[in-house]
Amino acid sequence: MPDLGSYAVYVIGAYAVSLGLIGALVWASVARARKVRAQLEEVERRPRHG
Amino acid sequence: MSIWEYANPVKFIRTTDRLLPWLWGVAIACLGAGLIWGFFFTPDDFRQGSTVKIIYLHVPAALMAINAWLMMLVASLIWIVRRHHVSALAARAAAPVGAVMTVIALATGAIWGQPMWGTWWAWDPRLTSFLILFLFYLGYMALWEAIENDDTAADLTSILCLVGSVFALLSRYAVLFWNQGLHQGASLSMDAEENVADVFWYPLLVCIAGFVALFVALVFLRTQTEIRARRTRALRLRERMA
Amino acid sequence: MIALLARDLRLAVRAGGGFGLGLAFFLIVTVLVPFGVGPEAAILRAIAPGILWVSALLACLLSLDRIFALDHEDGSLDLLATAPLPMEGVAFVKAAAHWLTTGLPLVMAAPALGVLLHLPQAGYGWLLVSLALGTPALSVIGTFGAALTVGIKRGGLLLSLLVLPLYVPTLIFGAEVARRGAEGLPVQTPLLMLAGISLGAVALLPFASAAVLRINLR
Repeated sequence: MPDLGSYAVYVIGAYAVSLGLIGALVWASVARARKVRAQLEEVERRPRHG
Repeated sequence: MSIWEYANPVKFIRTTDRLLPWLWGVAIACLGAGLIWGFFFTPDDFRQGSTVKIIYLHVPAALMAINAWLMMLVASLIWIVRRHHVSALAARAAAPVGAVMTVIALATGAIWGQPMWGTWWAWDPRLTSFLILFLFYLGYMALWEAIENDDTAADLTSILCLVGSVFALLSRYAVLFWNQGLHQGASLSMDAEENVADVFWYPLLVCIAGFVALFVALVFLRTQTEIRARRTRALRLRERMA
Repeated sequence: MIALLARDLRLAVRAGGGFGLGLAFFLIVTVLVPFGVGPEAAILRAIAPGILWVSALLACLLSLDRIFALDHEDGSLDLLATAPLPMEGVAFVKAAAHWLTTGLPLVMAAPALGVLLHLPQAGYGWLLVSLALGTPALSVIGTFGAALTVGIKRGGLLLSLLVLPLYVPTLIFGAEVARRGAEGLPVQTPLLMLAGISLGAVALLPFASAAVLRINLR
């Protein structure tokens, strides 16, 4: 751990907020991608009428 | 072989599926390396102390926030002119990513501003422009959500994107003028690139590369999702009609 | 075009048309501000131009969803689309009607409300000029937003979200003219910028509004 001095709270806070937001964005994107992909496969597997 | 081949959704999905693992790899590698390098192995700035380390998040996020809007603008133009659905969906996919980048830029800026300027927020032209940019992202996403018909939504949001770009640019200059009008000579300069030393510059470059890769990967993934979601809707509709 | 304008004006003035609502809203917001910030004349004097501009803008916003909503509901918008008048003309006339029924009364009422806020003597002229120059832009931009949301049920909130960011440049330059006028500073630069934005918006945005209307009526 580097010595961040008196600004440690700010620096770590900035990293935590940013990585948290990026993580949430990636997680949401991947989760929705999985869900939609599963839905599409389910619909395509069903027999077609007409 | 031309770039328009990728306007075919199937071809787009196939190609991006091949590219995505590489993009994720580059994004993780660059972000990991850049941020660890920046966080652990760069010296403190003689004036800013350790808060200079926030730059590795702030500057790339701000860059991506603007470039995401530019990408949406280009994609909207392509949709209006050539009517490729992938293009419209890519614009839609990029908007939330751009909005999150704007929030990161604003949040890290505020966290940096508190110890450095003594305030979380100042109505500095750059800060204000970013806040306005965020509002534009919100409106754009809200319009996409509100309209049911896909093509109508794509048309309306692209026009909003074009008009919004003009007004965002106008706002940028208006804000610049407004702030100078209020505080003559106040010099809250956030220009980092101009005077960064090499020690800070190289890890910053790596971080920027990481953010770009992350952005492209996210947009590809989200565009795929939009394509699949639309296909699912279309198939379900066909079933119900049959 | 003139027939359409006359019709819109008649509809607005008739009961239930919403004429005067914006004006009342303008009055109420302006009256509420001193309750919020305190009655000291010095503070009110300093913020008067900005308050008047922001409340005029909000009053303008309030009546935007009426521009197309009623015509869309009873189908007359579809009739207008097939009429010989080009869609750009329709969008322009709608904006003009909105300005005449909302913007112009706001401009007229602003000096009276300026008295309530202790606006300095020198400020009245520039306040009038800036509002007279700026409100047409607000109407045209608002018409664009109303056209975007015409097909959406309960689109009022979305309309504000779309239109308010677009209002930023007009507000900045308009309020700046009024503020500098009140403080006796030179107003030329913001005045020219405000006029530029207004003229540009009036000239170009009806085309965007018309494109959007055509898409929505497809």
